[in-house]
Amino acid sequence: MDVMKKVPVREQAPDVRNKNFDEVCLGYNKEEAMEEATRCLNCKNARCVQGCPVSIDIPAFIHQVKEGNIEEAYKIIGKSSALPAVCGRVCPQETQCEGQCIRGIKGESVSIGKLERFVADWARENNVEPEKPTEKKGKKVAVIGSGPSGLTCAGDLAKMGYDVTIFEALHEAGGVLVYGIPEFRLPKSTVVAHEVENVKKLGVKIETNVVIGKSMTIDQLLEEEGFDAVFIGSGAGLPRFMGIPGENANEVFSANEYLTRSNLMKAFKDEYDTPIARFKKVAIVGGGNVAMDAARTALRLGAETHIVYRRSEEELPARAEEVHHAKEEGIIFDLLTNPTEILTDDKGNVTGMKCIKMELGEPDASGRRKPVEIPGSEFVMELDAVIMSLGTSPNPLISSTTKGLDINKRKCIVAEEETGKTSKEGVYAGGDAVTGAATVILAMGAGKAGAKGIDEFLSNN
Amino acid sequence: MYKILKAEKLAEKIFLMDVEAPRVAKHCEPGQFVIVKMDDLGERIPLTICDYDREAGTITIVVQIVGASTEKMSHLKAGDAFEDFVGPLGCPSELISKDVEELKKMNIVFIAGGLGTAPVYPQVKWMHEHGVDVDVIVGAKNKELIILEEEMKAVAGNLYITTDDGSYVRKGMGTDVLKDLVAEGKHYDLCVAIGPMIMMKFVCLLTKELGIPTIVSMNPIMVDGTGMCGACRLKVGDEIKFACVDGPEFDGHLVDFDQAMKRSAMYRTEEGRAMLKLQEGDTHHGGCGQCN
Repeated sequence: MDVMKKVPVREQAPDVRNKNFDEVCLGYNKEEAMEEATRCLNCKNARCVQGCPVSIDIPAFIHQVKEGNIEEAYKIIGKSSALPAVCGRVCPQETQCEGQCIRGIKGESVSIGKLERFVADWARENNVEPEKPTEKKGKKVAVIGSGPSGLTCAGDLAKMGYDVTIFEALHEAGGVLVYGIPEFRLPKSTVVAHEVENVKKLGVKIETNVVIGKSMTIDQLLEEEGFDAVFIGSGAGLPRFMGIPGENANEVFSANEYLTRSNLMKAFKDEYDTPIARFKKVAIVGGGNVAMDAARTALRLGAETHIVYRRSEEELPARAEEVHHAKEEGIIFDLLTNPTEILTDDKGNVTGMKCIKMELGEPDASGRRKPVEIPGSEFVMELDAVIMSLGTSPNPLISSTTKGLDINKRKCIVAEEETGKTSKEGVYAGGDAVTGAATVILAMGAGKAGAKGIDEFLSNN
Repeated sequence: MYKILKAEKLAEKIFLMDVEAPRVAKHCEPGQFVIVKMDDLGERIPLTICDYDREAGTITIVVQIVGASTEKMSHLKAGDAFEDFVGPLGCPSELISKDVEELKKMNIVFIAGGLGTAPVYPQVKWMHEHGVDVDVIVGAKNKELIILEEEMKAVAGNLYITTDDGSYVRKGMGTDVLKDLVAEGKHYDLCVAIGPMIMMKFVCLLTKELGIPTIVSMNPIMVDGTGMCGACRLKVGDEIKFACVDGPEFDGHLVDFDQAMKRSAMYRTEEGRAMLKLQEGDTHHGGCGQCN
């Protein structure tokens, strides 16, 4: 074994997996995990822990894996994270725990994400139950949204002994884990459903089909429904579009719509009623994780798939692993390319997209080099569908119906980072509703902070 | 689960159901809608709220068979249940936030086309309960497709019915009735038109000519209904609006109906395909253009 390198993880072969929706990465088995665990230097002042938004005691759990005590390892992770099987799969480890790993200086960092995933999967397969809360606080907390921040906040509060109810707008719990991230990255019926079930086992109630701001307001939760505090983890919101001509053509979708049809409504399976059209050639506009998910979904549904991104490969906001997987599977990257118009026939169906070539100029406000158009470089891509993956803007449903809840210039809810405290007493918030679209793990970190903030508030009241 | 307390056939392919949904019934207002999903495999289908009973905790919906999912839904009976029923969604009708005394001074005409009678009804009923008399024009293809006539008669100031084929009351479209009423000397300050997009388009062309401000209720394709997917986006004036969170009601003179109609046709072939598959069951072998 080369101690400088990670124990390789088994994956479905690219030319097999690009035609199915089964999980791409197969994960470690126990032997592989124990072997990888021996690479951990068990640093005293572990930098990986500082890199983790929920501060999992990484060296301690890896030590237990090395010894073969997987149940112990699971308990250690469980103290900090309610969703280890999810995080092991979708966290951007290369910029967090693994990015800080001392091993990574001379060789490859320890494969912390894959080890976390192994531990969580092992616990699920061996029916290890989360520890149930013993204390009862006798106070009620409402959590809005059952995505990563809501589930984490609810789980933490339940462990402290609060009576927690999650209100979910959609018909299934999980938020972005269910509607956004595809099956081939995060299996729904096994991994996500199990993590949701674990949160329920802590005593958390989940009420689906309740849209806070419409079915009920936050003021009503506090005044009429008897809740003592509220956590808002309502997620990212409304998809952005470019504002170019032709963008309302029939086969122009937001990545949210395309992914929701495929993931939440399971339109990729024949037996489900929700339609999703199968295209010949699709362009996904954007370069984030959501763009990669939409592209890899379109590819699996049989399309020649292009990522159209206005900057260069270096600036792609997606995780390195997603870009790598997308390329392996045969997605074509048209970089330094920006759409200017969507072309249609007389029925409003997409026939192509006019684009212009870009080059990188001076750094802009984001610190990345600003893409500038190259005059005269326009060209037309023939297409039958376009998927816009340009991020989201906050959903006004809650902020517009809650008295005294401040929002900032970008219309995100204003909340203190340490506690999730908002401008309204008893109301806390975290996740994408506060930060704008970010990652699962950052939302979980905010959910934890919110639980801490709510506990402090209710302990003093 | 959301129990169906009553299910009846109103007309060919049109069904009415009372559904137990206390949270929705407690907070809904005229102009809003719900999304229902029949079972695990079903689609999320937006439906207008036709009536509500806050005490009983029930919502009345009216469903027209347009595709495979609504066809399946039409077989539900009292005692059956929807797996999912979410709402109220969208913004309440702007009219109900107006001062009632102001409303009483206004001459308002509602024009309902076919199934559009269902969402028009709770608005007219609200007006009636607040002492506001409004004129209502109900149009349908033929006599059989006129729904909720008695209910509407009970709450409308004047009710004018018309059928495309003349099989009931008079021949002509809703727009013909409006033209006649205005020619007879009626003056309207506001028109609310709800029905198929093509009908709303023609009402708007007429009311623009007549100088009557017009509100329409849009019913585009939707998935989540909470602003997340953007499938329901419409061009309204120079802006892009989401029908689910910004609407469903808009200034009809600003809506780009031609674009909205094109977008609505997008899944027609998919729906037709699903419908064929459902009707033909195991005997379905080709013909839908998609399979062999």
